[in-house]
Amino acid sequence: MIGVYHYMTVAAILFAMGTYGVLTRRNAIVIFMCIELMLNSVNLTFIALSRHLHSMDGQIFVFFVMTVAAAEAAVGLALMITFFRNRESIDVDQINMLKW
Amino acid sequence: MDNNLVQIALQNVNMWAIMPSLILICFGMGLLLINVFLPRGTTKHAVWISLIGLVVTGLFVFKGWGDPQYGFNDAVALDNFAAFFNITFLVAAGLTILMSDEYLRREGYPVSEYYPLVLFTTAGAMWMASGTDMMTIFLGLEVMSVGLYVLAGFFRNQVRSNEAGLKYFLLGAFSTGFLLYGIALIYGVTGSTRLTEIGIYLNAHTSLLGNPMTLAGLVLIAIGFLFKIAVVPFHMWTPDVYEGAPTPITAFMSAGPKAAAFASFLRIMEYCFFSLKPEWTAMLWVLAVLTMVVGNVIAITQTNIKRMLAYSSIAHAGYALVGMVAANEIGYSGILFYMLAYAFMNIGAFAVLVLAGKKGEDNLTLEGFSGFGYKRPFLGVAMTIFLFSLMGLPPTAGFAGKFYIFAGAVKAGYLWLAVIGVLNSAVSLYYYLRVMVYMYFRDPLEDYAWVSMPVSVVVSIVIAIAGSLYLGIVPGFVMELAKLAVF
Repeated sequence: MIGVYHYMTVAAILFAMGTYGVLTRRNAIVIFMCIELMLNSVNLTFIALSRHLHSMDGQIFVFFVMTVAAAEAAVGLALMITFFRNRESIDVDQINMLKW
Repeated sequence: MDNNLVQIALQNVNMWAIMPSLILICFGMGLLLINVFLPRGTTKHAVWISLIGLVVTGLFVFKGWGDPQYGFNDAVALDNFAAFFNITFLVAAGLTILMSDEYLRREGYPVSEYYPLVLFTTAGAMWMASGTDMMTIFLGLEVMSVGLYVLAGFFRNQVRSNEAGLKYFLLGAFSTGFLLYGIALIYGVTGSTRLTEIGIYLNAHTSLLGNPMTLAGLVLIAIGFLFKIAVVPFHMWTPDVYEGAPTPITAFMSAGPKAAAFASFLRIMEYCFFSLKPEWTAMLWVLAVLTMVVGNVIAITQTNIKRMLAYSSIAHAGYALVGMVAANEIGYSGILFYMLAYAFMNIGAFAVLVLAGKKGEDNLTLEGFSGFGYKRPFLGVAMTIFLFSLMGLPPTAGFAGKFYIFAGAVKAGYLWLAVIGVLNSAVSLYYYLRVMVYMYFRDPLEDYAWVSMPVSVVVSIVIAIAGSLYLGIVPGFVMELAKLAVF
C-alpha cells in the first residue's frame, strides 16, 4: 500500500536532486531547471500532505506556487537572454565581473 | 444556496486590511497605462505620480494604527506592526524614487517603466509585513523579489547589471525553494498554513517540538528569510548584486526589502515558533555574531564604496539580528526603529553616491573621493552625517537604534552578545572614517566639474539628513510608537 510516506520520500529525493544540480551545474538554464525541480518536489509534498490531512490548503498553495514559478520563469529567461546578448554565453562561470 | 455561500465568503473579506497595497498597485497599473500614451523618455510625470501614490498609501496605512484590521479569514492583518513597517517601506521607496530620475538619465535609461516596478516591489514588501498566513507571506515575498530581479538587471546593455540581475534571480529562486519546502513540512506537521493556528497547535502538542520534521521545517523557513536579509553564511550574493545593480535600487534593496524580510521573519518566529524560542534564539545568536564579524572585517578591505556599503549592510543586518536574539519588547521594537533609521541613513549615503558618480560609476572608489568634502561642501557634510549614523555615533539615528537593540540584548541576559556588537561597531569606525579621511584630508582631484545638483536628489538627501538627525536627537517618540507596534 502506497501511503503519504512514499510520496514524501520521493519528493525529498527530488528536492535533494534539484539542490545537488543547482550546486554542481554550470549552465544557467540547467540551474533554473533544477530550481523548478525543487519547486515541483515541494508541490508533490503539499499535495500528498493535503490528501493525507484531508485539508484543501495544501492544494491551493500548489496553485500559487505554480503561478509564481511561471512568473519567475518569465523574468529569469528574460534576464538570461539579456546576459547572453552581452556575453554570448550563459555559463555561470562567466558571471565573474563582480568579485571581492 | 449560492447566495449564502457568497455571503459567507464575503463576511471575512475586509478591504481595509489590504487597502494600502491595493492603492499602491492601482497607482502602478495606472502609471503603466499612462506610459503607453506618452512618448518614450518622458519620466517626470512618472516620478510625480509614484510619489503621490506613496503619500496616499501612507494615509491609508494609518487606518490600521491602534485599530487592527484583519481580512480574508485572518490571512492578512493591518495592525500596528504592519503599519510601522509599511511606513518604513514607503520612506525607502520615496527616497529611492526621488533620486532615480537623475540617475537613470545619466546612465542613458530614461525609462518610465522603472517607477511602476518600484511601486509593485513596495506593495509586495507591504504584503510581507501584513501577511499572517504562509500563503500571503510567500506571495508578498515573490511579488517583491520578481520586481527586484528586474530592477537589479534593469540596465540591459551593461554587463554588470545583467550579472547582478541573473545572480540575484538564480540565488533568490534557490532560496525560495528552501522556504517553500519548510512551509510544506510545517503544514504537514500542523495541518495549517495560518501563523496563529500553527503556533497554537505546536504549543498544544509539545511532543511535536522535537520532531525532525518540525525542526527541519523551522530551519528551512529560517534559511529562506536569512537569505533575503543577507545573513552570513547566506550573504554571498549581496556584494555582487549591490555593486552591479543601479545605485538607487541598491539603496532600496538594502532598506525596503531587507526590512520586509525582517518583518515576516519576526512575525513567523513569534507567531508560529514561540514554543521553540530557546532553539531559534541559540541559532540566531551564532549567526548574528558571524554576520557582524564577517560583514565588518571584509568591509575593511574594500576600495569600491558601493561594495563597502554592501558589506556594511551585511554587518547592519547582524546588529538587527541581535534584537531578534534578545526576543523581548525592547529588542523587537529596536529592530523596528533600526530599520526606519537605516532606511534614512543608508539611502542618504547612496543618494550622495548617485550625485558623486560619473556615467558608468568607475570613480566610486576611495581614491575618487579625494578632497570631495572641500569641492562639494554640502555633499561632504551630508555624507559625514550619514557615515556617523552608520557608525552609530551620537547624535544620529544609528546610535539610538544600536542603543535600543543592545539594551534589549543586555536586558535579556545576552551581555556578551552586546559586547561583541559594540566591539564590531568599533571595527566599523575604521572603514567609515577612512572615507571621511579621503574626503577631507586628501588633495582634491581636479575634475569635480561634473557634479550637478538636481533638486530632486537634493530633496531626498535633505529628507534623509532630517530623518537621521530627528531619530537621533529625539528618538523617544518614534521608539514609543515602535513599542506599541510589537506583539
